[in-house]
Amino acid sequence: MEWRASVKVQLKKGILDPQGKAIEGGLRRLGYKAISKVSCGKLLDITLTADSEAEARRLIDEACRRLLANPVMEDYEIEVSRA
Amino acid sequence: MKIGVVVFPGSNCDRDCFFAGALAGHEMRFLWHQERDLHNVDCVILPGGFSYGDYLRAGAIARFSPIIEEVIAHARRGGLVLGICNGFQVLLEAGLLPGAMLPNKSLKFVSKPVHLRVENTSTPFTRLFDRGTVIRLPIAHGLGNFYADKDTLDRLEGEGRVVFRYCDRNGNPDEAHNPNGSLNNIAGICNEEGNVLGMMPHPERASEEILGGTDGLVIFRSLLS
Repeated sequence: MEWRASVKVQLKKGILDPQGKAIEGGLRRLGYKAISKVSCGKLLDITLTADSEAEARRLIDEACRRLLANPVMEDYEIEVSRA
Repeated sequence: MKIGVVVFPGSNCDRDCFFAGALAGHEMRFLWHQERDLHNVDCVILPGGFSYGDYLRAGAIARFSPIIEEVIAHARRGGLVLGICNGFQVLLEAGLLPGAMLPNKSLKFVSKPVHLRVENTSTPFTRLFDRGTVIRLPIAHGLGNFYADKDTLDRLEGEGRVVFRYCDRNGNPDEAHNPNGSLNNIAGICNEEGNVLGMMPHPERASEEILGGTDGLVIFRSLLS
């Protein structure tokens, strides 16, 4: 079965995020006073084959730990759906 | 000493490292990233550049090159490994050194000479320096903001594993002379055994007076003694 995984990688809370800060500053300068905080991460869209959703999730989780995220500074979230 | 300089797609300081090493009197050779043979070198240099275009994270893809498996085994046997700039980022991704690199606090690529205080002179790379000496080397990076969690940072400091620290010309490591936001002004660290060194500044770019100084050559010469 084909699955589609969406992996969101973000800096861990409390780690300085200069990109998020710069975007936040840009939005403020445009007059968006209601916006108080922006953090900037990555979204990876992955297509894969696996026998079950659990298997797809297990494989992506392993890939996150090995390559897609750096556990020293990043957290990740995985969503899996049928492709 | 026999020194191998690893060449990744995107390395751009490999020839400079080869030149500086040869100038110091070493027998130099290049090691292609797809190789699995270190050709009996005593020391491996991971040079600066943008291996694999810095895609995903700096050093993240290079870390899975065939040669890096051999470099990890070499380091575990006590072999010498020097990671410069992008090479330091590869060492962090490979887990040979602790911590990670965030984008510079300014978000700008910073290319300029900086002052560094030599904090540890017992590594094979720094033994010709006097402890506390202030040297001047160029930096050139966009992702050099060293980060580690508090426990790791305390351990690095407690064990004297911070080898270089950004400072002013008198050796004071203040905020004004921290070019990238690195915690504790850290510019270079070593592993517990001292045989693996990672540093953001470029010693190979300070190997001749015509390049603006020779402080970097001392690192290559230290490897001889």
